[in-house]
Amino acid sequence: MTLLYTLIGCIVFAIVAPLVGCLIAGVDRIISARMQGRVGPPLLQPYYDVRKLLAKENVSVNSVENTYIVCALVFTIVAGGIFFSGGNLLMCVFVITLASMFFIIAAYSARSPYAEVGANRETLQVMSYEPMVLFMAVGFYLGAQTFDINGLFTLDVPIIANTWLIFIGLLFVLTIKLRKSPFDLSMSHHAHQEIVRGVTTEMSGPTLARVEIMHWCENVLFLGWVGMFFVWGNPLSILLALAVIAVVYFLEIWIDNNFARMKWQFMLKSAWIVALVAGGVNIAFLVFL
Amino acid sequence: MAFASKSPWVIHYDGSSCNGCDIEVLATLCPGFDGERFGVINTGNPKHADIFLVTGSINEQNIEVVRQIYDQMVEPKVVVACGICACTGGIFHDCYNVLGGVDKAIPVDVYAPGCAVRPEALIDAIVKGIAVLDEKSAALEKKKKEGVA
Repeated sequence: MTLLYTLIGCIVFAIVAPLVGCLIAGVDRIISARMQGRVGPPLLQPYYDVRKLLAKENVSVNSVENTYIVCALVFTIVAGGIFFSGGNLLMCVFVITLASMFFIIAAYSARSPYAEVGANRETLQVMSYEPMVLFMAVGFYLGAQTFDINGLFTLDVPIIANTWLIFIGLLFVLTIKLRKSPFDLSMSHHAHQEIVRGVTTEMSGPTLARVEIMHWCENVLFLGWVGMFFVWGNPLSILLALAVIAVVYFLEIWIDNNFARMKWQFMLKSAWIVALVAGGVNIAFLVFL
Repeated sequence: MAFASKSPWVIHYDGSSCNGCDIEVLATLCPGFDGERFGVINTGNPKHADIFLVTGSINEQNIEVVRQIYDQMVEPKVVVACGICACTGGIFHDCYNVLGGVDKAIPVDVYAPGCAVRPEALIDAIVKGIAVLDEKSAALEKKKKEGVA
């Protein structure tokens, strides 16, 4: 039965997440433009970009690159399907990490020095955020007494009541996961501060379109992680979660527009310190008190 | 339907420009003119770009660089010569090392004269380039279909 729910979840996520993610990306670009005193592109600009990329000539350096990108996209959708069908959070975390691994291997497969710099940086980003993400899963278990997202709807109080420190830690690594400045080391949406184009240097046309769609799906999933902290037995709590997601995403856009890119040393150190302090202390409290 | 026209990503290369036109190219993307209204994004990667903006004349040293960037760009692609130096060589046309305008190296689709080229002229040139881009992507689409059949 769980398998069936996951399957349905994956199919629904594969249809809904790109739509929602595309609109979020469009709103993101308009808000960013307004923050910089510009008018900005139309709301559907990310859709136009992807349609154009799909229509372009396919000139992959080698065919295996596209295979890895398709795998990354599929596993991102599976991770989203697991999460939004109320499945196991730990499994969702592992599957989305597998997707980022495929993405890194795709960049390495091109054998381009610039793509390799991007892939190295992407690896550092995964190293930076992964401890906090695992602490989040452990904190979730200690708060909800289960790894299943379904379990949230039987709670009397949302897990944020016991895990607010972990939530703050998650917000910190969310900047890395959403590829926002100051931690957009491997792939920036602002092209001017890039070594060629980081991890996507050798990806062009339809391959790049798939990366873009994967990014939309990832964003929806990560914002789902933010929302899950505010959900409990009351169905209205989903509205609260959506409001929190809106505030958090606005904060991320604000950070993106106000900070220059940091060096990877700072990212790694600060992300691990935040993970150990926020995650470690919170989990110690939950376990021992 | 052609989608290329709605998201023209540009790459900018400075040949032997005096930097006047370069400043105008970047000004086009800044808040005053905001090229992103038309979906214009400045990419640093030829593989992602649709429109190649070249400023300055072509000389013995940069001709290979310009050709390489052009070759790396993915079809359909358009070249815009920005400023009079990129169009014809401008005041540098009789320098010993200058070969002439961008069309000495690669096929140019749109010429945007001016010294320096005004952002309004650049936006006009990019919009003209978009029309060419649409034509080329329609041709590519046709070629793809014929190739399959």
